[in-house]
Amino acid sequence: MRAEGSGVRAEGSGVRAEESGVRAAMPQITRLQELVYELKIAEVMTSRVRTVPPHTTMAELREILREHRISGAPVVESGELLGMISIEDLIKALAAGEMDVAVGQRMTPAPVVLSADDPVVLAVDRFVHYGFGRFPVVDGDGKLVGIITQGDITRGLLKKLEVEYHEEEIRRYRASHIFEDVVSNHTSIFLHYDVVARDFEHAGEASSKIKRALNRLGFSPHIVRRAAIAAYEAEMNIIIHTTQGGKMVVDVQPGQIMIRAEDSGPGIPDIEQAMQPGFSTASEWIREMGFGAGMGLANIQRCADEVRLESPLGTRTILEAVIYLDQEDLRGANRKG
Amino acid sequence: MTLEELCHELHLEVRAAPGKLGVEVTGGYASDLLSCVMAKAQTGNVWVTLQGHPNVVAVASLINLAGVIITEGMTPDAATIEKAEEEGIPILTTGLTTFTVVSKLSHLGVLGVDDARA
Repeated sequence: MRAEGSGVRAEGSGVRAEESGVRAAMPQITRLQELVYELKIAEVMTSRVRTVPPHTTMAELREILREHRISGAPVVESGELLGMISIEDLIKALAAGEMDVAVGQRMTPAPVVLSADDPVVLAVDRFVHYGFGRFPVVDGDGKLVGIITQGDITRGLLKKLEVEYHEEEIRRYRASHIFEDVVSNHTSIFLHYDVVARDFEHAGEASSKIKRALNRLGFSPHIVRRAAIAAYEAEMNIIIHTTQGGKMVVDVQPGQIMIRAEDSGPGIPDIEQAMQPGFSTASEWIREMGFGAGMGLANIQRCADEVRLESPLGTRTILEAVIYLDQEDLRGANRKG
Repeated sequence: MTLEELCHELHLEVRAAPGKLGVEVTGGYASDLLSCVMAKAQTGNVWVTLQGHPNVVAVASLINLAGVIITEGMTPDAATIEKAEEEGIPILTTGLTTFTVVSKLSHLGVLGVDDARA
């Protein structure tokens, strides 16, 4: 399997999204962990920041924090970030009876800042490292553009996940309703796959992609299983028996799925014999891998409602396996009704 | 019975997709011929074989098997492990022979496709 192309953009964003979904399911990296690297601080921070000038008294600060329901604020004078003042500083001032002192004298000066362009993971690291409740966020020129708390990160991640989930739902819905949505006299989706002879390393990849596409289009698990088995056996036949490899085309229509496998030789001398369960011309080393059981064509026949096999000797083999669909098989259509 | 419980009972070594062991096993099937597996094994079955090449994963994934037990101390290829991780198909290994594994599975109540039909 080297390349594939498709009629109705089946290799487009929809399929990709599912592939990235598969990757996210791997044990090492979850989607959440990926997001922490992908999202920029600018996307999760609070950008309307309440700042205080340094001459604000602690008593005034108390009112500001209460009024805005915030737990800290950047101390800014003529656009310049001087420090951070927080509710902890206020509590200390209360205990010490220093409510008339200016925040400029009790703030944490020269605060650690984060850049709006940095990934969220950097903010996570800083929170762990410093134990602060919030960090000021600056742009490329060092100008204060926002403030970030751990709550902002959680909210930002959840929101992004929700948006992605929603987009995925829409893609799924669209894919599974494509035959209702697209109006024509005769709608057909073609999936094309090239299959390389003797390439056991990539064997089964075309079938995997076919299976994924059919799932995507909303067919029932039963139909997908039959099509996947027929496709796999047809793919293996090309890999095992042909000299030049071949190609597979899946033609999906509202009423049927046709899997067509085509190669340029050597052809099958006796089709009737080849269809017999247990008959195989596979060589010893191929049998050792568990192929060549002589069950391939029999399996295809079992899974398909109709099988056509043509092979003018020495030229090529064309196999067509057709699976009929009824309304039950279109899960998407069912869900809608 | 889950795959995880089977691993514990049969002392199987988990070689790939440890995160997918919670799945309930619907039955078992044993063969080294891939087409037979394709034809007979049912969704959620555990497959017992001594094949260790990557196509085992392709087959297991295409027909949604719960996992694969590779017997007789056969070492699955690195490509098999990699593909199994990708597809989320647990690969379990044991030094026991296929016959012994199947017999133990049977004791644990894992049925073959013929029994399940009966």
